[in-house]
Amino acid sequence: MKAFLNIVSRDLHLAFRQKSDLTMAVLFFILTAMLFPFGLGPEPNLLARIAPGIIWVTALLAVLLSLERLFLADYEDGSLEQLILSSTSLEVAVLAKVFAHWLTTGLPLILAAPLIALLFNMDSDAMTILLIAMILGTPSLSLIGAIAATLTLGARRGGVLIPLLVLPLYIPTLIFGVGAIDAAMNSLEAGAVIANARPHLLLLGAILLVSLLITPLAGAAALRQSVE
Amino acid sequence: MSVFHRFANPNRFLKLTNQVLPWVSGLTVLSLAAGLYMSFFTSPPDYQQGESVRIMYIHVPSAWMAMFVYTSIAIASVCSLIWRHPLADLAAKASAPIGAGFTFLALATGSLWGKPMWGAWWVWDARLTSVLILFFLYLGHMALMHAFEEQERGNKAAAVLAIVGFVNIPIIKFSVDWWNTLHQPASVMRADGPSIDPSMLWPLLIMGVAFKLFYIVVLLIRIKSELIEAKLRKYRRAVVDKAH
Repeated sequence: MKAFLNIVSRDLHLAFRQKSDLTMAVLFFILTAMLFPFGLGPEPNLLARIAPGIIWVTALLAVLLSLERLFLADYEDGSLEQLILSSTSLEVAVLAKVFAHWLTTGLPLILAAPLIALLFNMDSDAMTILLIAMILGTPSLSLIGAIAATLTLGARRGGVLIPLLVLPLYIPTLIFGVGAIDAAMNSLEAGAVIANARPHLLLLGAILLVSLLITPLAGAAALRQSVE
Repeated sequence: MSVFHRFANPNRFLKLTNQVLPWVSGLTVLSLAAGLYMSFFTSPPDYQQGESVRIMYIHVPSAWMAMFVYTSIAIASVCSLIWRHPLADLAAKASAPIGAGFTFLALATGSLWGKPMWGAWWVWDARLTSVLILFFLYLGHMALMHAFEEQERGNKAAAVLAIVGFVNIPIIKFSVDWWNTLHQPASVMRADGPSIDPSMLWPLLIMGVAFKLFYIVVLLIRIKSELIEAKLRKYRRAVVDKAH
């Protein structure tokens, strides 16, 4: 547990020293989402209708952008080898790094999402579900992405490879994330919002639990190979 | 286990392959010819779909193979990571393009069938989408395998990816049961027996067997050529070393 917190605080320190990395994902998220009203026209009903999809897709791309730096710096400057040699279990280390990545990427996205939801004319019920869905979904994005980030360490054109590996695995999160908000927007009575979105949210939770299990194992295995 | 280790020796494997290959190839040609004849001439046209039902005899076996080959890759990857079986990596590497080919065939024939039946080349239905994801998993697997300077590292990374991507296989298989979608539910492999008429089931099953045999033939040829290539590399290196 101590090692976990140490790695998290180290990564957070590094991220705060280099603020450009920290703001890049959020800026990308907001700017890309802003493009859609220009592309599709400012009709409020249309925007409210497509807002869940746009928010999720842009959030997904923003996470994708930040994945390469998750392990690359440590790999290049040798701290990764130190981490593998140290007595800390590598599975815990992977989880810590992913948690730090989520704190610096996923969390800012969640905080920025209501702003975009407002601009896209989403109602407050849908916004609540959006936040719950993102709290459940963005950690899975970091977790699944970490597998691809570890697998491509040392690869030629690693940055190009990551999207190809990760996007197919992101699709279930995207489907249920958008599905939850759509279900909330389509419910007629006020009380049925949570009940309608519930199955999607449960599935998002299931994806999170499965990736919490798989990522430390696959990530640690890939990290060990990368320094062999 | 002893058989498993016995064929870790490439020479022994090559010898067995050379013995088996002509027989399997013959069987492939026979079953493919029989399957094609039956599906084009003896099986009846469907009362609703007419003659276009015959696309099914290619489409369904390709879709089976798309999942079967990925499953084989995942099993080979497990063998490669746990027991470091030298042939498992080769099998996974040799299988990936074949599987991608079958997946593409399933998607393409499905799209050709979908145009007259559903009125669209493509619909975003659960099964179509999950098979498309499978296709991209194959592409990612192949790209990752060739992305490293050392082949060994590429093999291992691709093996981890194949195992992670395996979660998609049950999703494809059961997508038509879990989500009520346009694609018809399973009609051959189901608990209460196939719901499809024997006059159509037989050509389908024979085509399924033919496709599986075809996979084995191509797989064996590809593994064989990989082994021969490795041998050639070794000889070439020996020649170079001698020259110095």
